[in-house]
Amino acid sequence: MAIISNATTIADAGAFSVSLGAMTHIKTLTASSSANLQFVHGSSSVVFDGTYPIYMFKFIGLHPATDNSSFTYQVSTNGGTSYGVNTTTTYFRGQHEEDGSSSALTYVASDDIADDTGFIPLSEDCGNDNDQNCSGTLMIFNPASTTFVKHWLNNMSATQRNDYAFNEFMAGYFNTTSAINAVKFEFGAGAIDAGLIKLYGIKDS
Amino acid sequence: MGLISNGTTLLDAGALDSGVATGAMTLIKTLTASSSGTLSFVDGSASVVLDGTYKEYIFKFFDIHPATDDVEFQFNGSSDSGSNYNVAKTTTAFNAYHNEADSSTNVGYRPFEDLAQGTGFQGFQDNYGADNDQSGVGTLHLFNPSNTTFVKHFISRSSNYHNADYAIDCYVAGYFNTTSAIDAIQFKFASGNIDAGTIKLYGIK
Repeated sequence: MAIISNATTIADAGAFSVSLGAMTHIKTLTASSSANLQFVHGSSSVVFDGTYPIYMFKFIGLHPATDNSSFTYQVSTNGGTSYGVNTTTTYFRGQHEEDGSSSALTYVASDDIADDTGFIPLSEDCGNDNDQNCSGTLMIFNPASTTFVKHWLNNMSATQRNDYAFNEFMAGYFNTTSAINAVKFEFGAGAIDAGLIKLYGIKDS
Repeated sequence: MGLISNGTTLLDAGALDSGVATGAMTLIKTLTASSSGTLSFVDGSASVVLDGTYKEYIFKFFDIHPATDDVEFQFNGSSDSGSNYNVAKTTTAFNAYHNEADSSTNVGYRPFEDLAQGTGFQGFQDNYGADNDQSGVGTLHLFNPSNTTFVKHFISRSSNYHNADYAIDCYVAGYFNTTSAIDAIQFKFASGNIDAGTIKLYGIK
């Protein structure tokens, strides 16, 4: 049965006909001394396929259990059985020390990746003082494509272990024409002590 | 007749009540390239809204694939509903790059990709590769295009697969130096068609 108001169909056949917004929250994972956080398509209500052309992860207050650990990620083409798709990336950052003695904008060649399958650092040298954490955004474009490589864009703001503000910019592509159907986040060493990772889909139509 | 639940009006007069949260990001239009010379979003044409309805518009483009190798993806604005795309712009452009061979990296300003009151098309990224799996993605934010007092600012970030197998992370920002309303935006390659790809226009409430 349709819901019709003033001759306008608001809902019918189990779906709304009116716009409910283009950015849809899919899943929130909350870290609690977690070794990693994984978003696997078809598991735990996660959607990560051709339903949306663009997916956006929001990182909020990620706190490492171990000092001087990098926040990293990788993806899977086999539903999370293994993570390790070849990627080429760029990495540069602006940085400024709390005492004002040091600042820079620089490309950091040691933090990029050239056609390798390892985990990708999104935020480097994170501090684990009680108030330190990192936050940011990662967008992955059309992960279900079986024609093109899969591009992604990332920006993080982080408290570095030696009390620097880091504004980090990474981008790159997963060099595969297989669909990507799972994403895994972890620190390079130690657990994710606390924090949220939220997954959103940007609607197609 | 309204639909009221527990004393709260959910919908009436053919629309959801303004108190019902529907998300702040609204998909306005999707254009899909198929050997297309250009893709244009013109206010009032083909259901496109690009006026004072929203204060911010976001274009998201993905799987942009050129018909011709080694070409630049570009955009321009119009103040006469798409009759001409030639608004004066002053812009900045910088990028970071890294090749798959791991032999070349940098972040730097790109003086030959910026404009100083130029009316020509502004490039997002040059050197697009046309291999079958190569493509580019990105976002373009356009702020308050219908304003007739101020210039109109825009901010873009994009990533592409360079024809010599580089990951490129590109940043372009600037302003349309006009107090006339911007009512159309056109995208194209500097040479050859947009072989494939999708551009979506969203309004931010």
